[in-house]
Order: sequence, then structure tokens, then C-alpha cells
Amino acid sequence: MSYVLIVGAKSDIAKAIAREYAKHGYDLYLAARNSAELADFANDINVRTQRKVKLVELDILAYQSHQAVYDSLEEKPLGVITAVGYLGEQKKAQVNFDEAQRILDTNYTGVVSFLNIVANDFEQRKSGFIVGISSVAGERGRKSNYLYGSAKAALTAYLSGLRNRLHQAHVQVLTVKPGFVATKMTEGMDLPKKLTATPEEVASDIFSAQQKGKNSIYTKWIWKYIMLVIKLIPEWKFKGMSI
Amino acid sequence: MKCSGWGRYPQVDCEEFSISQKTNLNELITHCDSAIAFGNGRSYGDSALGSHIMKLKQRDYFLSFDHKTGLLHVQAGVLLSEIIEHYVPLGWFLKVTPGTKLITVGGAIASDVHGKNHHIEGCFSECVHEFTIMLANGEITTCDKEQNPDLFHATCGGQGLTGVILDAKIYLKKINSQFISQTTIKTKNLKETFEAFEKYKNMPYSVAWIDCLAKGSSKGKSLLMVGDFRDDCELEYKHKHQVSIPFNFPTWSLNNWSVSAFNWIYYHKVTEKISHQKVDIDSFFYPLDALGNWNRIYGKNGFTQYQFILPKETSYEGLDEILSTIAESGKGSFLAVLKLYGKANDNWLSFPMEGYSLALDFKVEPELFQLFEVLDKVVLKYGGRFYLAKDARVSKEVFEQGYPNIEKFREFRKKNHMDIKFQSLQSKRVGI
Repeated sequence: MSYVLIVGAKSDIAKAIAREYAKHGYDLYLAARNSAELADFANDINVRTQRKVKLVELDILAYQSHQAVYDSLEEKPLGVITAVGYLGEQKKAQVNFDEAQRILDTNYTGVVSFLNIVANDFEQRKSGFIVGISSVAGERGRKSNYLYGSAKAALTAYLSGLRNRLHQAHVQVLTVKPGFVATKMTEGMDLPKKLTATPEEVASDIFSAQQKGKNSIYTKWIWKYIMLVIKLIPEWKFKGMSI
Repeated sequence: MKCSGWGRYPQVDCEEFSISQKTNLNELITHCDSAIAFGNGRSYGDSALGSHIMKLKQRDYFLSFDHKTGLLHVQAGVLLSEIIEHYVPLGWFLKVTPGTKLITVGGAIASDVHGKNHHIEGCFSECVHEFTIMLANGEITTCDKEQNPDLFHATCGGQGLTGVILDAKIYLKKINSQFISQTTIKTKNLKETFEAFEKYKNMPYSVAWIDCLAKGSSKGKSLLMVGDFRDDCELEYKHKHQVSIPFNFPTWSLNNWSVSAFNWIYYHKVTEKISHQKVDIDSFFYPLDALGNWNRIYGKNGFTQYQFILPKETSYEGLDEILSTIAESGKGSFLAVLKLYGKANDNWLSFPMEGYSLALDFKVEPELFQLFEVLDKVVLKYGGRFYLAKDARVSKEVFEQGYPNIEKFREFRKKNHMDIKFQSLQSKRVGI
């Protein structure tokens, strides 16, 4: 058993994670919608590392299909990493519930639906690891992205509960909270260079934290302290701020 | 946005286009004049700077590898470091590699880079089986030496001025170890240095560090390092922890005294006349890559490299004169590299020719360029020429004297409408 399953494999972070795990000798399942578009990328990993890479068709919003997708994996993965993320448009989501729902369902409901299935399998097998990519945006709601943030906050709480539940079964659950990352999702935003990680840095942080059996990490590490400060601001002050 | 090459001189405003797997490059090229391809930004000067730069690093897919022949097909944004990381453990290494692995394959072709084995294996283009390139009209052509020799000879060493290299098939070479047996020869002066180069010219890899501030009877004293791969089947390639320079050093920190002190320590830490070491690939080929952002050592104004080559017949006399001029100026360079090269190839703007090349890094300061102008005259007097991949300042008049095929290159560009489409600050300055 050597496969790691990456959900939401089209994102820049997911691709960097895929290369990182393949480099360290793992075979891969790359799951995404229209997964055929990942064929060239899968070939790239195979030529680089000689690892096996299989594409898995998965729509994170088609909850009913998730069990069948997981059952279809011939060899069950030894670890699952979810890198699903949809930032959406906060302003639009405030007036258009379809957008709000898409943000909540993609970042939270869909991931829960899939990880429930994975958790049941891992619990029964008493092995495996689950890595959930949440966000620092889930640490405190801000007007600029609180719908995305609230979905990520829910995901963080879900992963924490899952970790508690699966501890007995020796299944590792790692919560990852990236700060700014230079990806397609943040293209065009003016991000401070020193606080912004590359997808490769995030991937390398995740791999080493997962291998060390950690529970929760920030990436870059400095975000731990930035968020500590942000969380310490009293609400009466915070509500008047624009950050 | 302010952009610069590795030397961080000059810093200029460029409009950047990030070229991803999905970018419609054809549309960009047909609608945008005066553009230039940009790889990993390791050319020292302004060869990849211009009004519009096309950043190609994201096109980094490996496409195929033939385990029998060692033929590797990759997109042009793949870094040499990625090839090494994945293929050294399988017993393959680059046939030709420069002193940094942090360059793209496209950049390696465009600068027709060379390394410590130039005297045996030649330039990077020697291992290029073929490449595809998008030309000025947006058309994609596959190019190799036999089928379209003009395009091949113009593109290899052509600094991205013939089009955008998209992918390439290159041959790797078989190795049986990731370690090199190195011999270090300590020489007392230029004469001894030359004799040592000649004596060890059959060794596959060779390069010398030279103390460019040494005067009088010790002028030209060097440490010549030669080596070859071992045969011990140890192929486990370990990733080393990288140390980075976190900020710009103050501009005064590199001066005549500090460079003299560095040179003294570096030279005297080797105590024996001839010594042997076992070193790994990274230490032997890429010592500076271990120090991230080492360009910051030169301070906020950046640095530039003065690299020239002289024909073998005039090398000794020419270097003697140049070393005297530098030592007298007191402008020290603690990275001064001397190397014996093999024969020139047929590429129109490739730098190497049979002879000796000296490369010197200097921090940028006002009086520096006057010294360069004096040195330029000496280099030309002895029939030498300059390396575009390192250059940020050479004048058209000085540059063109060193390259007999320059007119051919200019005409080829004009005929194929490349002269308007692809331009860099450097191409405008030296008129190519």
C-alpha cells in the first residue's frame, strides 16, 4: 500500500504537494473535477519520479457520489490530503445566496462528506493519515472574506473533532493553516512578500509535519504569531478595524 | 514593476507576463513587440530584461525519459536542479552544467552555457538533441542542428532573441557515483597556474580560483581544482540544508581589506601543494548555490561580473596585463575564476573559444566602469571577447569586435522579423 490521495488536485498547493509526496516515494491518486485535464501533470510526476499516478474523477459538491468514488479505488490510500478551496466573491455572496452556498459547500460540506467516508475506513483499518488544508482566515471573521473564513473555521473544528475521534485508532489528523500563498487563487492581490509562501514551501511544510505526526501547523510559521496577535485584539476594537 | 537579473544591476521597470501551461503564448507574441523570455533570473545583467518580459518558469513539465539512451524531454522552464534531484539517484547527470543549477533548460540553451568540462565536452548545445521554439510569427518550429542549422546556431547562445524556447530534448550522461575525486593544486604565480592547467588538461573537470589582488612575484597565484566522478556506486543524492543571506550587506562591507583578508584565508587554508578530496556533486559543481541570495553580499547597489576570454596564444600575456591593472586599481573580487576552454563551436554568439577565460565579480560603484573601460581595451588588444549572460554594460563597439558571426546573427533576426519582436535591454545596447 503506497498511495496518497489528493483531493482538489488542480490547485497550485495540491500540485506542489503531489510532487513532494512523489519525490519521497509515494504513488498518487489525484482527485478533481474534469480530472482528465491533469493528464499532462500526472505524466510529469511519473517522468520525474517513476511513481504511479492515477486520476480520479471527483466532484466535491456531488456528495451522493463520494462513497462510490472511494469504493472504486482498487488499492485504498494510506493517507488523504484535501486541498479543496474556493475563495469566491465575498461581496457577491452577501447578496446572492448561491455564491454563499457555493463557498460554504465547497470549503466545508463537500470536504466533510468525503472525509467522513475516509475516516470510517481508516478507523476500521486502524491506520492512515488525513491532512486537511484549512486557512488562517478561519481564525477570526473579517468583513473582507468571512464567508470563506467561516467555512474554514468550521473545517478547522471538524478536523479537531476528527483528530479526537481517530486518536484511539492511531490515525493522524493534521490541520494545515496557510497564510498568504502565491497561487492562482491570490493572483493579482498585492501580498506582502515576506509573509507569502510559495506552494512548494507549503508542500514541504505539510510533508514534514505529516511525517513527524503533528496535529496542526501554520505555514509560513510566522502566521502562528500573526494570528495570535489578531486573535488578541478585543472585539470592541476589532469591529471598527479594516484588516 | 522593478526587475533585475542576478547581479541586481541594472534595476529597471518591466511589464511582466507569467506564462503558465494554459497561457495562449501565440496570442501574446503576435500582439506584443519588444518582448523577451525570462527563466529563473540567473543571467547576471540585462540579457533577460526589457519592456515586456515573459516569465516561463511555470512551464516546467517533464515530458519523457528514455532510460536506455538518457534522452530527456522537458519543457523549457524546468530547472537543472530538478533534473539533478530526480535523475542523479538513477545514475544520470547533466553532460554540461554551469556553476549554478538554478537555471532553466531554456536559459541554458539561450546562453549556451558551459562548465568545468568545456575543454572536453563543449557547451550545453552539445547535449541538445532538438528543441521547439515559438518564432516571431507565433509559429512553433522543431529545431535541430541538421534540419535547420541557422535557427539552431542563432538560438543556442542567442539570448532568447530568436523566439521563445518551449521544450527541449537533451542527453544526460551516465554516472556511477554522486561523488567526485577532486585534486587541488596550489600554485604560486600565473606561470605555475598555466602549467598546472596544461598538465591536467585531460581531467574531465577543471577550474581555478585566482587571487586577483596578488601583486609582483605572486601575481596569478591560484588554487586549481580538477576532478572526475568516482566509481563507487553511491548515488543517494541528499538534499542539503540551505543557508540564506537574509538582507543586503552594507555597501562598505566589501572593500580592498576584506577581500584581501578573504583571499588570504582561502588560499592559506590549503596547506599542501597537491591535495586530494572526495566531494559531492553540490560542493563540486555548485558551491554558491548552498548560500541562498548570495547576491545580497554585494549590497543594495548590486554587482556585475566581468567575464572575458582570450585566445590561447595571447592568454598568458593578456592575463598578466589584466591582473596587474586590477591589482593596481585595488578593486578586489573575491570570486575570481580562471578556466582553460576547448574549441569554439559553430553557434554564432556562443562565448567560448580555445583559450583562457577570467570571470570577476565586482560590487557596483561609480569608479568601477572606468576600470572596465581600461580592461576592455586590453581584452580587445589580445583578441578576446565578452560573455553576454554575465554582461550589463559592454558597449556595441567593444562587443561586436569579438564575434565574427555577428552580422549573420543580425541579418537572420531581421529577415525573420525577430529584431522587432524580441528585444532586451542588452540586445539594444550591443546592437544585436
